[in-house]
Amino acid sequence: MFLRESAEEASFRAEVRDFVQRELPIVIRDRVLTFQRVERDDYVCWQKILHVKGWGAPAWPREYGGTGWNATQRVIFEEECFAAGAPRQMPFGLSMCGPVLIAFGTEAQKAKFLPRIIAMDDWWCQGYSEPGAGSDLASLKTRAVRQGDKYVINGQKTWTSFAHWANWIFCLVRTDPEAKPQAGISFLLIDMKSPGVTVRPIRTLDQGADVNEVFLDNVEVPLENLVGEENKGWAIAKYLLGHERTNIAGIGMCKRLMRRVKEMAGTCTKRGRPLVEDPRFRARISQLDMQLICHEWSLLRIISLESGNKPIGPEASVLKIRGSEIQQDLTELLMDIAGPYAVPYVPEALELGSTVQTAGDPLLNPLAGQFLDMRKISIYGGANEIQKNIIAKAILDL
Amino acid sequence: MDFNYSEEQQMLTDTIGRFVEKTYDFESRRKLAKTELGFSREHWSTLAEMGLMALVVPEEFGGMGGSPVETLIVMEAFGRGLVLEPYVGTAVVAANLITEAGNVAQKEAMLGAIADGSRRFALAALEPQGRFDLWDVATRATSDGAGYVLDGRKAVVLGGDSADTLIISARTSGRTTDRVGISLFLVDAKAPGLTIEGFPNLDGQRSAEVTLSNVRVGSEALLGARDAGYPSLEWAVDHGIAALCAEAVGVMSKLLDTTAEYLRTRKQFGKPIGSFQALQHAAADMLTALEQCRSAAVMAAAKVDSADAAERRAAISAAKTIVGQAGRAIGKHAVQLHGGMGMTDELAVGHYFKRLLCIDMTWGDSDHHIEQYAALL
Repeated sequence: MFLRESAEEASFRAEVRDFVQRELPIVIRDRVLTFQRVERDDYVCWQKILHVKGWGAPAWPREYGGTGWNATQRVIFEEECFAAGAPRQMPFGLSMCGPVLIAFGTEAQKAKFLPRIIAMDDWWCQGYSEPGAGSDLASLKTRAVRQGDKYVINGQKTWTSFAHWANWIFCLVRTDPEAKPQAGISFLLIDMKSPGVTVRPIRTLDQGADVNEVFLDNVEVPLENLVGEENKGWAIAKYLLGHERTNIAGIGMCKRLMRRVKEMAGTCTKRGRPLVEDPRFRARISQLDMQLICHEWSLLRIISLESGNKPIGPEASVLKIRGSEIQQDLTELLMDIAGPYAVPYVPEALELGSTVQTAGDPLLNPLAGQFLDMRKISIYGGANEIQKNIIAKAILDL
Repeated sequence: MDFNYSEEQQMLTDTIGRFVEKTYDFESRRKLAKTELGFSREHWSTLAEMGLMALVVPEEFGGMGGSPVETLIVMEAFGRGLVLEPYVGTAVVAANLITEAGNVAQKEAMLGAIADGSRRFALAALEPQGRFDLWDVATRATSDGAGYVLDGRKAVVLGGDSADTLIISARTSGRTTDRVGISLFLVDAKAPGLTIEGFPNLDGQRSAEVTLSNVRVGSEALLGARDAGYPSLEWAVDHGIAALCAEAVGVMSKLLDTTAEYLRTRKQFGKPIGSFQALQHAAADMLTALEQCRSAAVMAAAKVDSADAAERRAAISAAKTIVGQAGRAIGKHAVQLHGGMGMTDELAVGHYFKRLLCIDMTWGDSDHHIEQYAALL
């Protein structure tokens, strides 16, 4: 064991930090760090900056424009980007569709889509979930019927993050209703501008509308947009879900939120003293900080197993469970910093360029909303209950 | 002890339960919350006609002279429907405070107006620097011959933008965090120099930030003894807290009913999701927490009128802490068990959760009340 960051890793970290410091536009950084709503253009702008540097796709192989970094480097990169207040790199193209195309796509599909993903000329979204399916993904009902040189799609997808900004969606569709649930599914790429695609926003608890329902009504898709073989989509779906395991720990987000907690607890006061000096609050921060430190060591330890080419088992679920819980606890602490000012909430004040007044300090206004929004992370990506089933299955061997 | 309702109390339970069921279906509530006022004047009148505004007003001033148990009954029902009318500020806090601290003239003028629903009150007690400390009062009231001049700022005044009268705590002597030297004033919402800025709350209710700049009031505006307003203020807020605890029980019980129904009907992997043991245990945790809260609310109602201030304080702080923590836990479970649907604005679940959060953040979160309780050990 060598339980310190190596010289190479430290200099890599310094290089990333320096770059992000210099290149991240200040207006975007400020919006991100104060929980204002981040716009489509902000995400695209940051992705293009990374792409020009050659860092657009940290996890892709070099031949497709990736970095060739190992898992540790990717964690360092993600952490530094988050620490500096960069918007997250949208995963739908980079971590989901891209790797699937690299593994299963035709040469034509790779040539057409991969460069546009890395440059973010396309905004992808994920058509997996359906009403009534949820964690039981194999019960999905959206139908794709082959008619000559095209498929005709009918059905509904839901929880589609950023579908309102997307021009492409990758979908799991049922191509053989007679087969058993996992067997008759295919993986299709659908142009969102196709006739019959309708996007309807779903308003969430924080009054944001990042997720949508997507209705597919007689949507025609050329056969060339099938990825892999017909009826073999389930293997692709599983590949995709298991792909980017390190992101699931949310370590960059955890650290950013923790820093925000400490900053705000240092500037907000209780009885004339910084809140961080209040013994009870200080103890709560400390306990969570300890959890976070150990969570980071879990991540480093587990990804080092990955780079040793050993398969990662239920440890990935451990990272997901702890990462989501710590992020939720951190936003709860943030809300508690607001105290009575957690009660008034003006969601319009979070919009770009808004001059709407808030009750207390504008920095306090989004905190309760953040807490509510963060409830989703123990639900998506396989609910934490499902993760626990995976762990239990692994250790009990039942 | 007897935990059963009397015949009259049972009638009250049924009456108010019918009102909430009839008036407060979720869609009507949603529409109401989006109006500028944030609640319904007609509902307010109806509640007054039903006698609910007069519930704790003494009989000699046109009220029913009800006990905290009657308030508990009303508030639990309000919780089940997420009732928006700012009832607590007027019918619980102001009615109790004026009864406790007011002189005969004030009682005659104010209590009748509370009882018949013609005047709404809001308590402006918190300040931006004070978090939950009611004794942290920087707002000043300076003697001015015939009366007082008030200057300062009041924070998160619940129902403050729809009140006719504000009850304002202000410092007549002492330093900012002294418990002596605080006086209470009845100030007309239209008084010159008073700025009331209304804001929507997380839960669909409303609050206001209030600025006082050279607000002149006569000496008759002083409520209770000069410099000695704090004990009555704390007493009245404790009645508000007891009411909120009861409301939270109603919110939680409806949330548990809704969640149980979802677990029974929503199917995954070919069976109701309620058949999975992990989810059963979460539901069991919710019920366990709810029962604890029910006890806390009853205890708060039993002790809130205690002559022993320490006994009252301990019971109220214990109840508020238990309810606040359980409210968060039950709300989190409810959202989680509903999966993505629980995250949507469309479903009632999140709105019940948000009300529980706001109750926790009103008049002291659990950190604040654990500290209060610990000081008595």
